[in-house]
Amino acid sequence: MQVTLTINGREVSRDVEPRQLLVHFIRDTPGLTGTHWGCDTSNCGACVVLMDGTPIKSCTTLAAMCVGHEIATVESLEVDGELDPIQQGFHEMHALHCGFCTPGMLMTTRALLNENPRPTDQEIRTAISGAICRCTGYQNIVAAVRWAAEHEAAFQQEI
Amino acid sequence: MAVTEENLPSPRQERPIGFGRLKRKEDARFIRGQGTYLDDIRLPGMLHGALLRSPYAHARIVSIDTSEALALPGVAAVVTAKDLETLGLAWMPTISYDTQAVLAGDKVRFQGQEVAFVIAETEYIARDALGLIDVEYEPLDAVVDARRALHEDAPLIRDDKEGQVDNVASPTWEAGDQEATDRAFAEADVVVSRDMIYPRCHPAPLETCGMIADFNPETGQLDIYNGNQAPNVHRTVYAHVAGLAEHMIRIRCNDIGGGFGNKVPVYPGYVCAIAGSIVAGVPVKWIEDRTENLVSTGFARDYIMRGEMCAKDGRITGLRVDVIADHGAFDSTAQPTKFPAGFFHICCGSYDLQAAHVKVKAVYTNKAPGGVAYRCSFRITEAVYLVERMVNALALEMGADQIDLRMRSFIAPEQFPYETTTGWTFDSGNYAETMKVAMEIAGYDDLLREQADKRERGELMGIGVSFFTEGVGAGPRKHMDILGLSMNDGADLRVHPSGKAMVSISAQTQGQGHETTFAQIVAEELGLPPEDIEVRHGDTDRTPYGLGTYGSRSTPVSGAAVGVVSRKVRDRARLIAATMLETRPEDLAWEKGRWYVRGDPEQGAMIEEIARYAYSGEPMPEGMEGGLDAQVIYDPPNLTYPYGAYIAVVDIDPDTAQVTVRRFIAVDDCGVRINPMIVEGQIHGGLAEGIGIALMEVITFDAEGNCLNSSFMDYLIPTALEVPEFELGETVTPCPHHPLGAKGVGESPNVGSPPAIVNAVIDALHQTHGVTHVDMPCTPARVWAAMQGRPEPPQ
Repeated sequence: MQVTLTINGREVSRDVEPRQLLVHFIRDTPGLTGTHWGCDTSNCGACVVLMDGTPIKSCTTLAAMCVGHEIATVESLEVDGELDPIQQGFHEMHALHCGFCTPGMLMTTRALLNENPRPTDQEIRTAISGAICRCTGYQNIVAAVRWAAEHEAAFQQEI
Repeated sequence: MAVTEENLPSPRQERPIGFGRLKRKEDARFIRGQGTYLDDIRLPGMLHGALLRSPYAHARIVSIDTSEALALPGVAAVVTAKDLETLGLAWMPTISYDTQAVLAGDKVRFQGQEVAFVIAETEYIARDALGLIDVEYEPLDAVVDARRALHEDAPLIRDDKEGQVDNVASPTWEAGDQEATDRAFAEADVVVSRDMIYPRCHPAPLETCGMIADFNPETGQLDIYNGNQAPNVHRTVYAHVAGLAEHMIRIRCNDIGGGFGNKVPVYPGYVCAIAGSIVAGVPVKWIEDRTENLVSTGFARDYIMRGEMCAKDGRITGLRVDVIADHGAFDSTAQPTKFPAGFFHICCGSYDLQAAHVKVKAVYTNKAPGGVAYRCSFRITEAVYLVERMVNALALEMGADQIDLRMRSFIAPEQFPYETTTGWTFDSGNYAETMKVAMEIAGYDDLLREQADKRERGELMGIGVSFFTEGVGAGPRKHMDILGLSMNDGADLRVHPSGKAMVSISAQTQGQGHETTFAQIVAEELGLPPEDIEVRHGDTDRTPYGLGTYGSRSTPVSGAAVGVVSRKVRDRARLIAATMLETRPEDLAWEKGRWYVRGDPEQGAMIEEIARYAYSGEPMPEGMEGGLDAQVIYDPPNLTYPYGAYIAVVDIDPDTAQVTVRRFIAVDDCGVRINPMIVEGQIHGGLAEGIGIALMEVITFDAEGNCLNSSFMDYLIPTALEVPEFELGETVTPCPHHPLGAKGVGESPNVGSPPAIVNAVIDALHQTHGVTHVDMPCTPARVWAAMQGRPEPPQ
């Protein structure tokens, strides 16, 4: 079947099997390999992308289900060479080791900050509880989200 | 240069030239989603492989019919053991001198064992074809319990091995002095014993295992893409298995999505991918799914232990340990050759014992092979769990405070270097000091008061302590090898004419930040900015030989190699500088980045100037060739012995038996910290894993050998909601023999945290419920059972 999606603002059209998973569609067709696959069962969150701004697990979503929706992946965060504050925060606070969960964590926490610009630590922990990081013990991820929230607020004040 | 207090680095600097909290260089690609993990690599004409796995734990294979699968459009080949036999690849060596079936031909020996390999145009088609392969099995009685494996009536698992008449995997291995230990127990005032299990768990890195093999029939060159922790060792194994010269094989690791020991072994899927590429003449990619990762690749632990500990005059004096080690169907554990039970005999702990004796017997069962680390240096995790549980058992029996008993029994600072009763030479330590720092951070006395108050109110709160000493950085070539390869690491440093530098190493990062840390070592030693130093790793064609990254050995061995090679370059630079400055080398003194004339500090040459000179047309010192580079292979004189004091505070819900880790205090002494930010990150990660192991993570089987934890739905990994904000502290006791004074640290938190948590659980329940032991994982069901007076061991 022909599937047409908008990924990072770009229209992508491809003839795929109805069973094709969104994560494979994203990785194969536009070749955006930042979105990872980690568990098959919606537990790990390495595959999280945003659909119309809401985080979803692309390993248990069919590409065909996303027709007419806007998909955003980790590759959309940096704009014109400017890192998103959440990307900067992960770097500043050492919130990644192997980097495999990072794209999913970035998209999950980007969505959190869009909804809730000043989350508490507990709100951050709840927001990322659908994602597994095997390396960091989460502490620095929480700190990174806090960093991004603080700097985003400062950035908006400047404007 | 010996490390002394005067020349300790200043690790708190933000943008250091050398040691300190430097932000990671590798982050740039990862935060943009630009890492290159295995599945991100696509080669032209590449086909995809998938493995058919056994549904039975133990069964004879009667027949395999692949015709229907072969007829499926898009399927290129279906490989079985018969096909591999013609290539001589049906069996492969493990890294413990055992053999393992690549594809099962005679019978299957664990659920999930590899039976057939399909190669097809897409992964979807390859997996479709698996369902079309018809295998007829004749089920056999399965051995799941390692104790039962030793029974006379247990079915023989390894009938493929000539002369194998039982399920014993290796001769009983012993350490320590049995007679002296018997004497210590005879003279003791108090003796306790405990049976405990360190259950099977799994490293489960977020990226599963896989390989792309690309064999070129024209040139005979085999290119391999495979995230593994020891690329040079793997290349040597493939060279032996495939009969190729090492230089005809190139392994590129690129980025690895976590390892934790899971990516140390050679797996059957790798050999299948290589065989598939040889057969198909095109690149073949094989990547396992999560279930395959959990049911078939290197598990960890699975030690059934009995410990006895004794005390005299209020101090711990003796330890006796008897272990049955479950190795699964094939012995593919990774240990140095002379240490079949790894470093388990470090279970004498941090205490000045009179005597200790350890026995380990390894058995085969119808379970997945492994016994490889899960962030554990060669069974030290099991050892530390055993001894730290025993110390608390003894403290309970003596009515002593768990910290007091440890304080009274510690090896004293003046006893280092300290020969343990089981043959280790601990390098340095001040244990009591580290314990005190942990008590201070915890507010230990306040915690005891809080606990007493809560008990009065019927609330269950526990305080658990552990104090570990690890031996990491294997190891000295006279003692330690894997498959006959000495456990040394190479480093190759080139300073270019521009003053930029590249250091090639044989350690292999899986997230530990080598590109940053190793650049900092060169920066510290040569005074170059770390951003000007490129660290090259993960490509066997472009890096020196060495044994890779596991067992916390990167900094102790490879880091030392980088320190030594930098000093070699600095020494060469001194000779060149003397010629440049028209003086004698002995008249020059070093400050970071510069040789200068003693007594005339204005006269000097920066390392960048020396590099430019070394490649120029100017005259070199007599007998010296041009250029500024060096290489070494570092042979560590001893292991390094990091240690730490951990305190866990848990709350247990009296109605549901749910354990919550409310606080966790970790004070690590890993010697000099090259990048404290990365060290702390490693500790955070290992503590989370330790909480997982203590409370949630376990691989269990039913009586027929069906794996009950084959996805993340039932192999539970802590999320951000199960781990607290960690409270870290540090003491710094430099390693006397490491060139940088550093010790390993990566595994310490995983080693030290499970006993602290279990000790806390028991501390919470002993007085009110009489609980003296609970096996891990301390799930609500198991803790509840223990509270009702019927403790349950894991299967």
